[in-house]
Amino acid sequence: MTIADPTSAQAIPAVPGDFTELRRSPLRTALRFCLRQPLGTFGMVIVIIMAIAGFCADGIAPYSPTANDFAAMTEPPSWAHWLGTDQFGRDLLSRIIFGARTALIVGFSCAIIASAAGLVLGVGSAYFGGRLDLYLQGVLDVVMAFPLIIMALAVVAIFGTGVHNVITAITIPLIPRCARVVRSSALAIREVPYIDAARACGFGHARIILRHMAPNVMAPFLILLTAFVGQAILAEASLSYLGLGVQEPTPAWGLMLQGGAEEYASTAPWIAVFPGLAIALTVFGFSLFGDALRDALDPKLRDR
Amino acid sequence: MYRYIIKRVLLVIPTLLGAAALVFLLMRLIPGDICVVRLGSGGGTFDERAVATCHAQLGLDRPLYVQFAKFVGGFFTGDFGISMWSGKPVLTEIAARFPISLEICILAVVVANLIAIPLGTLSALKQNSPIDLVIRTFSIAGLATPSFWLGILFILAILNISQAAFGAPWMPPIDYVPLWQDPIRNLSMAIFPALTVGYRTSAVTMRMTRSAMLEVLREDYIRTARAKGLIERIIINRHALKNALLPVVTLIGIEAAFLIGGLVVTEQVFNLNGIGRLFVQSVQNQDYTMTQALVMLVVAAFVVTNTIVDLLYAWLDPRIRYA
Repeated sequence: MTIADPTSAQAIPAVPGDFTELRRSPLRTALRFCLRQPLGTFGMVIVIIMAIAGFCADGIAPYSPTANDFAAMTEPPSWAHWLGTDQFGRDLLSRIIFGARTALIVGFSCAIIASAAGLVLGVGSAYFGGRLDLYLQGVLDVVMAFPLIIMALAVVAIFGTGVHNVITAITIPLIPRCARVVRSSALAIREVPYIDAARACGFGHARIILRHMAPNVMAPFLILLTAFVGQAILAEASLSYLGLGVQEPTPAWGLMLQGGAEEYASTAPWIAVFPGLAIALTVFGFSLFGDALRDALDPKLRDR
Repeated sequence: MYRYIIKRVLLVIPTLLGAAALVFLLMRLIPGDICVVRLGSGGGTFDERAVATCHAQLGLDRPLYVQFAKFVGGFFTGDFGISMWSGKPVLTEIAARFPISLEICILAVVVANLIAIPLGTLSALKQNSPIDLVIRTFSIAGLATPSFWLGILFILAILNISQAAFGAPWMPPIDYVPLWQDPIRNLSMAIFPALTVGYRTSAVTMRMTRSAMLEVLREDYIRTARAKGLIERIIINRHALKNALLPVVTLIGIEAAFLIGGLVVTEQVFNLNGIGRLFVQSVQNQDYTMTQALVMLVVAAFVVTNTIVDLLYAWLDPRIRYA
């Protein structure tokens, strides 16, 4: 496999659909991304650390996240408890590590379900056009009129609290946000000759949408997906903080800030500081990574 | 221009009607009978009569289309029904809590723009320098920091600083006093929530100011201004910033969403009795009449703000209205 030299005349694709760029080995692509996007790499490292923490929580957490040690309540950070303990004597580090699992489960579930639904709706709407497109856009516009947290709270009001309901509550308002972006990219692709060619070959609608159109809107789709994970984690933390999200005893960052954090603000500030830092760092990581991904995938937006 | 205005304003009607239908349907999706859920949530016993009274009170005994017509009609007459929790009219409850939320919103917008516009401009002027990097990081951090955590950190700082300065911890007041009665007390209550919400809101505006400024700085008329020897301050203030701020106006719509979201959690942190807190309480207390009225009000405010912003932008930039 040869890699085209970008300065040579041959590297300029003579026909649309020259996929030399895509044929690079994944390792090389990753390395290039890291060199060009130091901030994005930093974000990626945070995300990877959080993912490892969430995935291997049982192995690396020093204590159980729900074990109370009444002899060590509101202990400041020490060698025994690196980040201190809360008002019930639970180890904060262990709770944050297990909280990463909850945050990432909610974050990724919401982002993946919402963007998958948005992808199908957006591409389908653009592909079929006409009345279907008009009505679907009308419905999506109405859902978009609800600010995210308001829609999420309204859904929680109906279905109640808990991890599954929180995922539903955050996923619903994210769907139209994805569908709209995907649709505008897909509208441009619909006019490209290879779609006509596919149709002339007698392929079915599903095949054209999934095999020929969807892969070509992957750039905006992936950017949105990363942004959604951060947004969903933040929304989950807010809902849990309000007591309307994940419920005890599930360890969740927002929940950790709910009860004692303010009450013990002056005597045990670590209860308030560390869980919030975990939320901020994770969302920060996803934002940096998402920004870098956008720059890498969509050079037109660079320097913005 | 008139055609555009009419088209844009008429678009508000189906959106709001659609939103009303959605809220109306959502509230009727609640599993089981909301009166039974509501009456049973206290753990006490109740009879058929109590359920029937509750149904009659909420108008649930009437056909769906009558209920929907009454729900939509309520917005024109100001009759949103009776709160299922306090028993008072929903409008009275909302009106009592409105001033504090509005004040925080206005202050937050001021704070956001005071942070965002100078920093965004500086960031664009020093593109790719260490200053730019710091400002951009500061702005992404604003988006990543949950407002309730920032609020808690503010409280933490206030407590520690007041303890160190006066020897006793001081907390901002939590009961609302109108600005004209006691300005100091009023502002000391509203400023910290406004800073909390404002910082998060500023993040979006800052990025937009930066990118708009970068675009304008590459225009020919800036080069002309430089070539004729104008001093940099005048080029920036009079020629660049004025034009760069045009697209920033459109952000008011996005800011509105941030403000509402920010208020919901920030009022909880600072223990303020505003609209955001009322909303959270109504969800916690299963006060469905209150929840549906508040959702609808927020959506209406949001849609109207966005429409005004669109019109404002069309007025400022003629390319939009002829597109």
